[in-house]
Amino acid sequence: MIAVDNITIDAGDFTLSNVSFRLEAGEYGALMGRTGCGKTTLLEAVIGLKPIRNGKIMVGGTDVTYERPAARGIGYVPQDGALFNTMTVREHLAFALEIRRLPKGQITQRVDELAEWLGIDGLLGRRPFGLSGGERQRVALGRALSFHPRILLLDEPLSAVDEETRGDMYDLLRRVQRDTEVTVLHVTHNPDEARELADVVFNMQDGKIIKEGA
Amino acid sequence: MKDRTTKSAGLTDSLFFLCMGIIGGAYVLLIVLLLVADAAYMLQGSGWYEIIYENPIVLALAKSEIRYSIVLSLISCTLSALLALFVAVPIGWLLSRFRFRGRNLLDAILDIPIVLPPLVVGLSLLILFQFWPFTAEIPFIGKSLNELVVYQIPAVILAQFSVAAAFAVRTMKATFDEINPRCEQVALTLGCSRMQSFTRVALPEAGRGMLTAFTLAWARALGEFGPLLVFAGATRNKTEVLSTTVFLELSIGDLKAAVAVSLIMVFAAVTVLLITRIWGAKDVMV
Repeated sequence: MIAVDNITIDAGDFTLSNVSFRLEAGEYGALMGRTGCGKTTLLEAVIGLKPIRNGKIMVGGTDVTYERPAARGIGYVPQDGALFNTMTVREHLAFALEIRRLPKGQITQRVDELAEWLGIDGLLGRRPFGLSGGERQRVALGRALSFHPRILLLDEPLSAVDEETRGDMYDLLRRVQRDTEVTVLHVTHNPDEARELADVVFNMQDGKIIKEGA
Repeated sequence: MKDRTTKSAGLTDSLFFLCMGIIGGAYVLLIVLLLVADAAYMLQGSGWYEIIYENPIVLALAKSEIRYSIVLSLISCTLSALLALFVAVPIGWLLSRFRFRGRNLLDAILDIPIVLPPLVVGLSLLILFQFWPFTAEIPFIGKSLNELVVYQIPAVILAQFSVAAAFAVRTMKATFDEINPRCEQVALTLGCSRMQSFTRVALPEAGRGMLTAFTLAWARALGEFGPLLVFAGATRNKTEVLSTTVFLELSIGDLKAAVAVSLIMVFAAVTVLLITRIWGAKDVMV
């Protein structure tokens, strides 16, 4: 569950004030709005990358307003994937688990399971350079899901994916949510994506959030 | 079908490329000619024996004080370049990642060693060491920092470092500017502390930039002359490095030895450049 309660965020040249929304556990929410309306800023506040001036952020019933990003247990897939250029796909999937100092065998098992599930088992030895848009997003998704987060935040995850693979990505995202029962907040400006995937649609207009579908 | 305008456009394009090529080529030619002239000057002689066994480089290498200055140059440049890198990485990262109060002032201060005349850097170092705590006697050693550093080998390294670090900082800032800060943010969400995201994500990606910064600092340190002369002096077999050797040989009128040492410096610089390029090439992100 994500509950954002009356938060105010200063974001350089503009301020988002008194923003609230609530997404129940296991729901797939789409956050829509025009480019530059502050969707990414809001997402960054939920993750903990951007400090908020006031208000409260709850994740799974816990108040995380002043928690570090690492302690929030949120999987994050940024717009461009932001893959680590010096690491192989295997190292991406193992990264969060190595930080948590899990035993080697357990890491290998989790990485293999994730890779097969996301259809990237053939890419494990590759580095990001030369991967297609869809492949990059699968790797970024695998990296974000590796540590079993309660929440998954996707920032325009399909913007760099071509039309042919878009359908596969829809299937994949549906499967991810069905199998892991993770709560997903998916930022997009594409109504098709929202229609295809979301249980709930939030529309961001003039710094306010309007809940549309349920 | 080509009409008159497209034909003349083609001609203008050729002229444009010709001009660009000539302007650029002239500079490249100047660089190459400089080196060729030095080499040709070295190879003057009446016979092969003289050219091979009595050329100024061989004669210069036979002098113990020149061998000393080569060794001191290699060691001091490497140490000052490593020190420069050690300082440049955190400063470059902080400047690139954060907007804080006084950032512009800090940025301007970091440019001072670049814009200041080299002699002034040396003089300022000399003056700085006249003040406390540099003049205070260190317990158990019985000497002050002033006595241990000024006109001694540490002064060579400190003088080289003072200027070289400024160039390394510029390079590291540009390097971190080019690395997507999102990657470090993602690392934070994956469970990293700030330090872990820096050492595991930012630093490996900055590898190439660090190599460039090191090379640049090394080359600057090798060419450093003014501050060295003022702060470390030019004492043979003590604080003499290659750039001061050139000066000392010139001052006693031995042009041939000066050119020979210059060529040794060219050789050293090119070798470092090649090593780092080859090393860097292995790091290609594929």
